[in-house]
Amino acid sequence: MSEDAVTLEMAQGSSPLTPVLSANWDDPRAWKLVNYERRDGYRGLRTALGMAPDDVISLVKEAGLRGRGGAGFPAGLKWSFIPKDNPNPTYLVVNCDESEPGTCKDMPLLMASPHTLVEGAIIASYAVHAKVAFLYVRGEVLHIIRRLQQAVREAYSAGYLGSDILGSGYDLDIIVHAGAGAYICGEETALLDSLEGRRGQPRLRPPFPAVAGLYASPTVVNNAETISSVPAILTHGKDWFQSMGTEKSAGFTLFSLSGHVANPGQYEAPLGITLAQLLQISGGMRAGHQLKFFTPGGSSTPMFSAAEVNVPLDYESVAGAGSILGTKALQCFDETTSVVRTVLRWMEFYKHESCGKCTPCREGTWWMVQMLRRIEAGEGRPGDVDKLLDVNERIGGRSFCTLADGAVGCVRGAVKNFRDEFEAGCNGVPAWQLLPYERSTVFSDEDLDSRVGATA
Amino acid sequence: MSVDTTHATMAPAKPESVTLTIDGRQVSVPKGTLIIRAAEQIGTAIPRFCDHPLLDPAGACRQCLVEIPDAGNGRGFPKPQPSCTMPVAEGMVVRTQVSSELARNAQEGILELLLINHPLDCPICDKGGECPLQNQAMAEGRGESRYLGVKRTFPKPISISAQILLDRERCVLCQRCTRFSDQISGDPFINLQERGAASQIGEYVKDGYDSYFSGNVIQICPVGALTSKDYRFHARPFDLVSTRTTCEHCAAGCELRTDHRQYRVERRLAGDLPEVNEEWNCDKGRFGFRYGHQDDRITRPLVRRDGVLQPASWADAIDTAVAGLKAAGRRVGVLTGGRLTVETNLAWSKFARMVLGTNNIDFRSRISSPEEATFLASQVAGRSQAESVSYRDLEDAGRVVLVDLEPEDESPIIFLRLRKAAMKKKLPVTVIGTHLTRGSVKMGAALEPCLPGDEDAALVRLVERNVIDERTIVLIGERAAASPGALTAAVDAVRVAGARLAWVPRRAGDVGAVEAGCLPGLLPGGRPVTDPVARVETGALWAARTLPAEVGLDAGQMLASVLGSPADDAEEPVEPAIDALMISGVQPRDFADPAATLAALEQVGFLVSLEQRTSQVTERADVVLPVALLEETSGTFLNWEHRPGRVRVVNTQPATPMNEIRVLAALADAMGSDLGMRTVVEAHAAWAEIEPWQGARPELADPEGGPGTGAADGSGQFPATVAGGAGSLRLDSWIQLLDSSAGLDGATDLQASARPAVVRVSPGTAQWLGVAEGQPVQVTGPAGSVELPARVDPTMIDGAVWMPLHGPDQAAGGGSRQAPPLRQRLGVLPGSPVHLAAVQANAGTDQANAGTDQANAGTDQANAGTDQGGAA
Repeated sequence: MSEDAVTLEMAQGSSPLTPVLSANWDDPRAWKLVNYERRDGYRGLRTALGMAPDDVISLVKEAGLRGRGGAGFPAGLKWSFIPKDNPNPTYLVVNCDESEPGTCKDMPLLMASPHTLVEGAIIASYAVHAKVAFLYVRGEVLHIIRRLQQAVREAYSAGYLGSDILGSGYDLDIIVHAGAGAYICGEETALLDSLEGRRGQPRLRPPFPAVAGLYASPTVVNNAETISSVPAILTHGKDWFQSMGTEKSAGFTLFSLSGHVANPGQYEAPLGITLAQLLQISGGMRAGHQLKFFTPGGSSTPMFSAAEVNVPLDYESVAGAGSILGTKALQCFDETTSVVRTVLRWMEFYKHESCGKCTPCREGTWWMVQMLRRIEAGEGRPGDVDKLLDVNERIGGRSFCTLADGAVGCVRGAVKNFRDEFEAGCNGVPAWQLLPYERSTVFSDEDLDSRVGATA
Repeated sequence: MSVDTTHATMAPAKPESVTLTIDGRQVSVPKGTLIIRAAEQIGTAIPRFCDHPLLDPAGACRQCLVEIPDAGNGRGFPKPQPSCTMPVAEGMVVRTQVSSELARNAQEGILELLLINHPLDCPICDKGGECPLQNQAMAEGRGESRYLGVKRTFPKPISISAQILLDRERCVLCQRCTRFSDQISGDPFINLQERGAASQIGEYVKDGYDSYFSGNVIQICPVGALTSKDYRFHARPFDLVSTRTTCEHCAAGCELRTDHRQYRVERRLAGDLPEVNEEWNCDKGRFGFRYGHQDDRITRPLVRRDGVLQPASWADAIDTAVAGLKAAGRRVGVLTGGRLTVETNLAWSKFARMVLGTNNIDFRSRISSPEEATFLASQVAGRSQAESVSYRDLEDAGRVVLVDLEPEDESPIIFLRLRKAAMKKKLPVTVIGTHLTRGSVKMGAALEPCLPGDEDAALVRLVERNVIDERTIVLIGERAAASPGALTAAVDAVRVAGARLAWVPRRAGDVGAVEAGCLPGLLPGGRPVTDPVARVETGALWAARTLPAEVGLDAGQMLASVLGSPADDAEEPVEPAIDALMISGVQPRDFADPAATLAALEQVGFLVSLEQRTSQVTERADVVLPVALLEETSGTFLNWEHRPGRVRVVNTQPATPMNEIRVLAALADAMGSDLGMRTVVEAHAAWAEIEPWQGARPELADPEGGPGTGAADGSGQFPATVAGGAGSLRLDSWIQLLDSSAGLDGATDLQASARPAVVRVSPGTAQWLGVAEGQPVQVTGPAGSVELPARVDPTMIDGAVWMPLHGPDQAAGGGSRQAPPLRQRLGVLPGSPVHLAAVQANAGTDQANAGTDQANAGTDQANAGTDQGGAA
């Protein structure tokens, strides 16, 4: 669907899209090793094994690859933090625990082309002298876990994993680990605790994982997309990579369009593209509707109104506009959508997923849900919006990890842009009266009518 | 090498200091100090709930947030930071709630969030009045809640252990309890369960919270979530009177805070004594304080008339006692037990020598030996605290070797300290024993396999392998008296290796008794009775012209003498017989041969008992003189480090009997002597005058038999004559912390948490017996058999078997003192051979099969063993 659109645009030769990670997604059985190799798969690995590990780190550092999991930390710099004199083994851990509302980039990537990640993981492990790498995948996506396991098995058979990889003398084992379905385990230190078999709760930092991570050993934790971007850099070089994106946000990345858009899906483009451009490429909002607000990178990133549709989607520009690039999950909502309802649903998610370790997150999300429910039902009292904001600010920045910051971020952005909808809920108007929910289903009114008729 | 470097290395090592600014005031603290502690240095208490100085930082409650405009590098933190997790840095600027609106706002916000789900049940909550959350809410909280929602509730309370209840809705999830269990005691049976707002503390379904230190989690809970079953709803903190005192249950020397109200002790808490118990204590010390308030308390003198003990006046009782004692002349023996204060021990020591004119005095109401008496005289008595091993020394040691000592059971604070050193400083601990206990595993200890009785050979091996070196401390328990040669070998080992040695007895009064001279060969301060100079020095202090010069009888010899059997192997005793005994604080079941002890008490011509409660001694006494409980008197205990611990008067009832010193003084008066001390204060002053002995000490000679000759018992009552051969194993055994001891009477919840009696066998033995984990095993000694469930311990060496010395007896359904201790029923001592056999569970239902099995076993024992192992 979306890939069709991408292909179409590419064929026209005028597209700003840059399919690299997604280039092979439409190939038949793209997830098989033979098909991946046909597309120059594992060429980057061969290049890397011909280099000194430190040169691989330098290359990735100079290419300017930044973390695609949300924070945007330079990947090569993170690798270079691994101490050389630590007697403990070094580990690579790849965070495939994608579970933020709206975020849906890693799962399609791993589904379509798991070998991209496996190859990237081998290169990264080689660079940091890791002998064991772990791929931590959220437990609900069983199909993807199987694809990854299959890919790892194939890589072992082909000699890309195991001992003496491709005759280089380098040994590596990769272990695919299924999580148990907790959003907090996407936080890197909680992920490490979970991987060790403990209750997934964030750890105190310092020590940072680079010094004492998995099993108190030096550990690199990277997002799946970050690691998957590495093979192409090895294959095509840093200049090629820097030819895309902006000066500080180099390269290509997956933008996930979802919500009230005509053609939701993954759109791989250079950093710095705008939502306006992406909507233009993808076919815009659903017919007859206009964009009301969108998240630049998942529910945790403060929302943008339609006015910010031309903000370049790179780390600096989005931050400059008061939000975070995050996971580039562009959830687009049209004018039929109740912001109160949307924020409540997100807050319910955060309340459900709060790990319970620290007070502001555990108690704050519990309280915010109750306040938002009252506002949604039109049972708020005058002054409740200010109370909501005050409590919000007493949670944000005071919690143990950034989970609560994500929760307060969505409220902050929503009230800033759409305060009147919240005030309505404090003046006796339920959100479902202000903006009837059935109008914001993703189907057109005609579709809805016909579907209702069909099931009736 | 440059000159500068040389100077740098020669500079005296002192902790690196960091200077920072807190609320505009400069403060210098050692590097690594957390901000929250640095603030305490200038008198600013940053509010906190999860922070505890003895636990690793958690940063969970977020109550201690402060503003840090400059982290020391010129850059500040944009967000408020938890002061309990962040170490100080040079040049750092910190603004607490005192000077920062941001910090104040953050702390108020956290407090409000903590309270939205907290019940308003302070008026009925045990913690109300001493609750950090309540105090903080009263001081800084809002007058009116902004929260309009529904409060979280849970069914309440749930039982976390036999002693502890949990009200989950009060919990603020600070995780102090789980961190204590994990980091301090090593019993992580409780943990967080569920997630987010549903998070709660819970125990594992399969194993309840099983810890000797569980009561500490009640004390460190910053809210009323964890409460003591024993204390719940008994008192309000503001109605209690608190007394700092010292625990009487073992030789660890814990400081206690004892809270009482209207003549009744309501609870005991761990005191704050960093050099000893830090801020912890064991459950025995915390909950075991009801024993003095049972129906069996004696408050009036009793005199036996016409074979029946009857109440009597003090004058009558004293006259009767004096008449009996005078009739016995010098043929009197004194048994003082190990539970008396130094002052009381000194009064007894002086009473025996000056009033009775005898050296027949022994505090060792337990398995003992002449070798031990010499060891005590040569190594323990007359030592100052400064020259003794300390808790601090244990933490700083290169290695600690444990001989005949299971610290978790026999000296719990030593266990905590060793575990702390093992966790934080990687202290290696080596256990000479038959297996690695749960406590050993928690300390990461290494096992030096050794059959009971062979400890001397094991010590020699450790020295030869350089495991014991000059940075090693050897801790040897009182059980070593049952293993001939062990004490001598320990002294030799530390001398050869240049290591240090400490003797760790079980009871609070043991070291004090040694120092006070409650031994047949020792006067106070470690002075040998046989040394004229020692007698002169002591006589000068006591204004006594002469003191008896001959070594007296020890406890075993006194009892043997009553029973008429000559004390074996010793020289002909000077006193031909014992006609009268004076006994204080002794339980007959603690002696090597309880039955023989009881028989001796029956047969002795005259028996005077000074006691708090009815016991097997008072029941057989001719005169019973009641004495005050420890909580009604004052004094001093010397712990195993020789560290004095003050015992203070907690509470005196109108009917409180005289304390023991006063009773002894009255007896002395009536005997025509002057004890020279009537009060604890006078006894303490007399104690303070005693200087340690500077003269020659007895030398430890190699005892007869040499290394590894197996078990023997110093009193010699039990011939260890179980026939060897199939099924015969050597018994390893000790008294567990919680059992059926009299000191735990009344503490029913505590008794319920005692570890069940089991028999631990090696996998090889289990296979030979054909028993699996949990199946019953019959343990047989010369006096009888008991059945105990098997624990197959992979670390247990073949040839040995372990069971608790006393029980609780699981078959009898808990710790009833009516049932004799396990070892008494078997007639064994540690090191004795015992016989093991599988219990045929279904013998009655399936006779034919049982018969066949037995036939097979008879024809080919080895095969039968294998078969049975396979079947199991």
